[in-house]
Amino acid sequence: MTKRPFSVARLPGFTGTAIAVFLALYLPIVILVVYSFNKGNSVAVWQGLSLDWYAKAWANTAVKEATVRSLIIAVSAALISTAAATMAALGTTRRKAFKGQTFIYVMINQPLMVPEIVTAVALLIFFAWIKVTTGIQGLGYLIAAHSAFCIPFAYLPIRARLEGMDLSLETAAADLYASPWATFRRVTLPLLAPGIIAGAMLAFVISLDDVVITEFVKSGGQDTLPTFMLGQLRRQLTPEINAISSVLLLLTVLLLTAFFLLTKRQDH
Amino acid sequence: MSETAVEVRSVSKHFGQGDHTIRALDDVSVTIGKGEFFTLLGPSGCGKTTLLRLIAGFESPTSGAIHLEGQDITDLPPNKRPVNTVFQSYALFPHLTVAQNVGFGLEMLGRPKAEVKATAERMLALVKLEALAGRKVSQLSGGQQQRVALARALAPQPKVLLLDEPLSALDLKLRKEMQIELKRLQHETGITFIFVTHDQEEALTMSDRIAVMSTGHIRQIGAPREIYTRPTSRFVADFIGETNFLTVEARGGAADLGAGTRIETAKTGRVTLAVRPEHVRLTPAGAAGALPATVTNAVYFGTDMHVYLTLQDGTEVVARQQTQADPSAEPAPGQTVGVTFAPGAVQLLED
Repeated sequence: MTKRPFSVARLPGFTGTAIAVFLALYLPIVILVVYSFNKGNSVAVWQGLSLDWYAKAWANTAVKEATVRSLIIAVSAALISTAAATMAALGTTRRKAFKGQTFIYVMINQPLMVPEIVTAVALLIFFAWIKVTTGIQGLGYLIAAHSAFCIPFAYLPIRARLEGMDLSLETAAADLYASPWATFRRVTLPLLAPGIIAGAMLAFVISLDDVVITEFVKSGGQDTLPTFMLGQLRRQLTPEINAISSVLLLLTVLLLTAFFLLTKRQDH
Repeated sequence: MSETAVEVRSVSKHFGQGDHTIRALDDVSVTIGKGEFFTLLGPSGCGKTTLLRLIAGFESPTSGAIHLEGQDITDLPPNKRPVNTVFQSYALFPHLTVAQNVGFGLEMLGRPKAEVKATAERMLALVKLEALAGRKVSQLSGGQQQRVALARALAPQPKVLLLDEPLSALDLKLRKEMQIELKRLQHETGITFIFVTHDQEEALTMSDRIAVMSTGHIRQIGAPREIYTRPTSRFVADFIGETNFLTVEARGGAADLGAGTRIETAKTGRVTLAVRPEHVRLTPAGAAGALPATVTNAVYFGTDMHVYLTLQDGTEVVARQQTQADPSAEPAPGQTVGVTFAPGAVQLLED
């Protein structure tokens, strides 16, 4: 008998463990979605099929306002953070290795490493100080906060794309009479586009989903969809929450699928 | 070589600083004529690609100047030099079609759309790819990509075309075809070609003139035949083809090798002579005027065979000769033979 190479998949109990992990990951979500169609007002006792809670959520003005606010913040944050991340990626990859390069990477990716609650408290205090000194109010604070913590999420796919790009393409463009700006516009940017779109979508999803920082930074009447849902939980638990969550889930899955397809296309 | 296309004047290129300085090019000067097929030949790290990149403008020389048709282009960025490059990796734009790739240079020069399109079509016809104009680059084979890269670099009608080992990624058969193809294209367009390669056969086949380089210096410049038959240094003699080196004492205005071979030289003391294996002739043992030698090995490879010999002073010599219909007439190991050299075939090396 020939000795086969070690494979984790042939260890005893591997299949069972895998099934248990997948159940832990997906069963709660399946139940959440199932109960969003519940007829009664319980999130745990099944009382028949209906779309009532979707209709109720749709008619709820507070849900609508929170959704619009979430979308405004997420779109703005995605655009701003992607622009910043694109420049950061170009600045850190299109050159020879320089001193302090690793330090710069760490600086850019700070939001991935500093505990979110620390950032949230810091922003709360910092923005309070600005509000007191300038008197300026508004959604700008949330947009600024979201833009900042979305940068690393936009940065990583863009940088990965840039690193995989053949540098000689830009040399070839320069050789073929393209000015540095024309080279960027006609060669670098089109080749970078899948990375930029992927980064923007990831930033959008991350912003849409944020609770901790939003909860600390928002002023009264500035609920986003996630903070609104958190507030709802304190009162009563109805399948309306399930319905909103299911819609949010659907949106996220669609975007992440698009993200996956885009990053996959860059492989060839 | 009536007019000058490129003139490289005392160019040095150093990378790094202090103790870590690498002298990629050290005071190199060369003049390349209009319409020439000029080859930079040398082993990797000899500075040939650096010299090409300096002419293209991708690097700036540490010192020295580069002139193109009499104009100093040393400080011009690559996009302002009427010079185009065929890259080793081809560097075709993957997001553009074949025709868009070929038209890119003219488009950047601001030529009218109709002209760009017409020229791209003409260039694709020149490299026999007109049928693939609408394809994406990734749908092409390596050989086809090579032709697109050529068409793209030729389309803006550069004053000089630079080719950076463009054939190294192709298989042998395709490489032979492209060698002929390149020669034809150069003939048809009349453009000056500067070709970089480490393949001596490629250089000998295609070039009008060859510059043999090593460690940042040009060792010898000359026509292929001249480089092959009259190498001036041990490096050139050794790098191009196979060579036997013989050391003799020079005195009285000549180096006498024996076997009737005398090379006149003003030098005295030990000098090195080079002779190609195909110019070493075997005679029966004891023949008048031949150097006695012992056959140590005979290696058969089809039309030719290599006969390894040891002279009386211990020098090893290889002779290349045609194989014969009767194997028993061929030299065998252990046999004693005589060695002579073809008239005019022995070259005195300068170093």
